[in-house]
Amino acid sequence: MAATVGVVVFPGSNCEHDVAEAVTSLGATARLVFHKESSLDGVDAVVLPGGFAHGDYLRPGAIARFSPVMAAVERFAAAGGPVVGICNGFQVLCEAGLLPGALQKNRGLAFLCQEVELVTVSSRSCLTDGVPAATRLRVPINHFEGCYTASDVVLAALEERDQVVVRYATNPNGSANDIAGVSNEAGNVVGLMPHPERASHEMLGSEDGNVLLAALLRTASRPGAAALA
Amino acid sequence: MTDRALALSLGLTDDEVDRIEGVLERDPNGLELAMFSVMWSEHCSYKSSSIHLGRLPTEAPHVLVGPGEGAGIVDCGDGVALAVRIESHNHPSAIEPYQGAATGVGGILRDIFSMGARPIAVMDPLRFGPLTDPRSRWIAEGVVAGISGYGNAVGVPIVGGELRVDACYTGNPLVNVLALGLLPVERLVLARASGVGNLALLLGSTTGRDGIGGVSVLASAGFSADQEAEAAKRPNVQVGDPFEEKRLIEACLELLERSLAVGVQDLGGAGLTCATSETASKGGAGMDVWVAAVPQREAGMAAVEVMTSESQERMLAIVTPENLEAVLELAGRWDVRATVVGCVTGTGRLRILAEEGGEVLGDVPAASLEEDKPQYDRPRHPPADRAERQADDPVLLRLPTDCAPDLLALLADPSVADVTWVHRQYDSQLFLNTVISPGADAAVLRLKAPGVPAADGTKGIALSTDGNGRWCSLDPRRGTAMVVAEAALNVATAGARPLCLVNNLNFGNPEHPEVMWQLSEAVDGMAEACLALDLPVVGGNVSLYNESQGRDIDPSPIVGVVGLIDDLDVPPPSVELIEGGVLLLLGGRADAPASLAGSLWADLLHGHRGGQLPPLDLDRTAGLCRLLVDLVADGLIYGVHDVSDGGLAVCLAELCIASDLGVELVDVADASTLFSEAGGRVVVCADDDGAAAGITRRAVAAGIAHQVLGTVGGDLLAVEGLLSAPVADLASVWRNALPRLMA
Repeated sequence: MAATVGVVVFPGSNCEHDVAEAVTSLGATARLVFHKESSLDGVDAVVLPGGFAHGDYLRPGAIARFSPVMAAVERFAAAGGPVVGICNGFQVLCEAGLLPGALQKNRGLAFLCQEVELVTVSSRSCLTDGVPAATRLRVPINHFEGCYTASDVVLAALEERDQVVVRYATNPNGSANDIAGVSNEAGNVVGLMPHPERASHEMLGSEDGNVLLAALLRTASRPGAAALA
Repeated sequence: MTDRALALSLGLTDDEVDRIEGVLERDPNGLELAMFSVMWSEHCSYKSSSIHLGRLPTEAPHVLVGPGEGAGIVDCGDGVALAVRIESHNHPSAIEPYQGAATGVGGILRDIFSMGARPIAVMDPLRFGPLTDPRSRWIAEGVVAGISGYGNAVGVPIVGGELRVDACYTGNPLVNVLALGLLPVERLVLARASGVGNLALLLGSTTGRDGIGGVSVLASAGFSADQEAEAAKRPNVQVGDPFEEKRLIEACLELLERSLAVGVQDLGGAGLTCATSETASKGGAGMDVWVAAVPQREAGMAAVEVMTSESQERMLAIVTPENLEAVLELAGRWDVRATVVGCVTGTGRLRILAEEGGEVLGDVPAASLEEDKPQYDRPRHPPADRAERQADDPVLLRLPTDCAPDLLALLADPSVADVTWVHRQYDSQLFLNTVISPGADAAVLRLKAPGVPAADGTKGIALSTDGNGRWCSLDPRRGTAMVVAEAALNVATAGARPLCLVNNLNFGNPEHPEVMWQLSEAVDGMAEACLALDLPVVGGNVSLYNESQGRDIDPSPIVGVVGLIDDLDVPPPSVELIEGGVLLLLGGRADAPASLAGSLWADLLHGHRGGQLPPLDLDRTAGLCRLLVDLVADGLIYGVHDVSDGGLAVCLAELCIASDLGVELVDVADASTLFSEAGGRVVVCADDDGAAAGITRRAVAAGIAHQVLGTVGGDLLAVEGLLSAPVADLASVWRNALPRLMA
C-alpha cells in the first residue's frame, strides 16, 4: 500500500507542491492539509514544508504553532506517527515544542540558497531509517534563520541519545555541533533545515534527497506506524 | 476656475490643464486634477515614448496577448501559455533601496497573477554606481536585501538577472524586474469591467497614505543635488508586505480557476484611479467608486488620497452579484480582506462618490484618463560630440604584450566578477524547476507550475536579461541591437528557440533632445534586431527621468528574452569545459585584430569611450542561434559561453574557472582580439576532435564564421604569445571581488 503523506499548508507556506511532487514521484500519495483543518485522518506521515508560515512575522513558526492543524500534528506525533519539518517546518516544530532547540539567524546574517553536503548520523529516525550512518548527501539549503541553537545540556543529551539526524560537512550557518537536523527521543519527529525535495530529480543537480524521503515513506508504510510507540 | 497652482504642484503642465478642461468641457476640481495628474504622468501614460514604441514588431502566430495588458502572453503548446512582463523600480530604490526593490517585485507579480498565471520566476537586472562609493554600496545592499526579503517570502524563485556597475548610475540606480508565469490557455483573463450592476471588489491590503504621487512626483522627475529634498521623497515610496501578497496570489488564482471573477486588475502605479478607469474603459463600461467603502488604514483620509494612494498588495476584482458570496468565502479562507467598493455602470463615466448613493466628488469619462492622454513628439537630436566620439577609435591605445594583468583587472570588475554574493541571497530553486541556476548565460526552467496541468514533461524554457549602457552610449541603435542579439544568443546556447522579448527602456530626461534621440534610435535598433531574430515584443516599460544632479544615465535599454526548449532530456550545456575537449569560436574568427570600441577593456583600463561599435550582422546572428539550437538538440556541445563584457579573454576565463580546467589556444591575433566585444559570438566546447569536426561541418553548411581555438587541459589559461595565467589565480580574483567590495 502506498503511503499517504499529509503536507500541511500554512498561509505563507511555499514548498508544499514541491514536497508533494517529490513524494509522489517516489510512489506515495500526497494530500495537502490546510492549516485550518483539525484532523489528519487517513494520513500515514506528515510533512511541514518550507516557506514563510504567517509571513515569519514575530518569529519563524511562532504564529503557525497556534494553527488548528497543529493540535492534530501533536496527537499524531504522540501516537508515534512520522512527522518531518523541513526548513520553516523545522522552525514550527521547535516553536511547538515537538523538537528541542531553536533556529537563529545565520551567522553571516544573510539568506543562503546553496547546495551543501550532509552527513547522516542517526539511522533510527523516521527520515534515516535504514540509511547507514556517515552517508554523504548533496542537498540544498535555503534559509535566513537556520543556525541551530540549544543549551550545552540539551546538545549533550541529543548526541548521547542519537537524536542528531544529519550534520553539515562544512557548517554554512553557525549551527551548534554542525547540526542540520534533529529528532525527538523516539525518532518519529524530525526537523531539518536542508530541503530533500529539492534534490529529487537528476535535472535539479542531485537526487540524494530521495534517500531521505524514501526512508520516510518506508517508515510510513509500516502497518500501524501512527499507532506505534 | 481651475486651480493652476495645484495643477503645477501635481506635475501637470498648462497645456495639459487646457486639455483636461477640453475633455470635461468644464473646469476640473482638485480631485479630478489629481486623478489626471497620476494617469497622465510619464510613468503611466508613456506620453513621451508612445509615438516611438509603435515601431516595434509585436505580432507572431504564438502571441496571444501583446503589449498593453498586464503582461504579454505567448502560447507554449499543449494548452500551456506563458505570461511575462518587465518593469522598473528605479526611482523608489534610489531613496529607499529595500522597500523600493521589494515593492518592485510585488508589483510585477500582481501583473502576472492578475491574468490567471502562476508566477514561477523572477529576474532582477541591476545597475549601480561604483561599489567603492559608500552610498552606492548602501543602495546595492538594500536593493538585494529587498528583492531577497520580498521574493523569498512571497514564494517565487529568483532565477537570475545581471549586475553592472558604472559611474552614470551613482545617483540613479536601475532596479528592473522581470516576472514570468504559466497558465492553462483556457484560463486567460483580461482586466475588463463589463456587465452593468457587477460589483467592484477590492482585495488585499488597506489603503493608506503611502506612495501617494509615486508615479508623478517620484517616478516622473529626476533627482537634484539637494539631498534633503530627495530624502523628503521617502514617504512617496510604498512599503511592501510579502505575506499579504502571497495570500493574494493564492486567493486570486483560485478565484480565476473557479471562474468567479469577470476580470481582475492589480493596483499599481496610480492606485485605484488607474485600476478603475482602465478596467472600465477596456470593458467599454463606466464605474462608480464609493470612497467611504474603501478600507482605510487611518482616519481622516481625503478622497484624493484614497484615489491616488499606491498602497501595495491590493487587487480589484469585478464579480457578478450572484458570485459575491462564494468570492467572499474564498477570500476569507485565505484571510484576504475583500470589500465591495463600487459597481459597473453603463454610463462610460468614472464617478467618485463619497459613499454609495452619496455626493459625487468627481466625474470624468472613464476612457479619457487613458485614451485622451497627451502624446508628445519631443524634440530630438544627436549629442553634439557624436562625430568626435565616433572618430576617437581606441585603435590608438597601446595594446599589452602580456595580457594577464589586464584580464585580472577585468575579472575584478563587478560587471564581470562572480555574482554568487547576490544570487545566494535569492531562493532560486522553488517549484523544482530550476535546471540551470543563476550565473549561466541563461536560466533554464522546466515548463511546469503548481495548478497548471503539465504540458509535455520534458519541455523547458530559457530566460535571459541583458543590457549594456556602455555600448548604447556610443551608438544607441547598434548597441541596442547588440543587446538583443546577446539575449537571443544566451537563450539559444541552452538550446531554446526564441519565443518573445520584453523590454525596459531606461533613459534620462525626455526633455533633453539628446535623450529622446537615444530613445528613438534604441527603438529602431531593437526593432531591427527583433525582426531579424524572430522575437515579437510582447511587453515593455519605459522609465524616463533617470538623471541625477543634471546628468542623464547612459541609454540603458534592458531586454528579457524567453525561449522554448523542446526536450530537456537532452541536458542543455552550461558554462563548463571537459578535459581533452576542443574549443571553437562560432560567429567570428580570432586570427585577425578586432575593434575595441565600446569594450570594457578600453573603458576600465584606459578610461576610453570612443569609436564606432563593431558591425553586427543580424541575419548571421539569427543563423547562429538556429545552429546552436540544432547542435544542442543533437548533443554535440559539452559547454558554451557567449562572448560579451571583457571579450574572448573573459569568456575563456569564466569557462576555465567554472570547471577548474586550463585551456591552450593558438592562432589568436593580438590583444585586441582577446578584449574586443564584437557581438554575435559564442565559444563552445566539444567533447573531442570528432565532435569538433561535426560542429565545424554544420557551421560551414550554415554559413557561420568559425575557428578552432585550441584544447582543454592543464591548469593555465594560455594563449600563445599573449597570455598565460594560472586558473586558480583567475578564480580567486573573480570570486573574491564582489564579497570584498561589499564586506
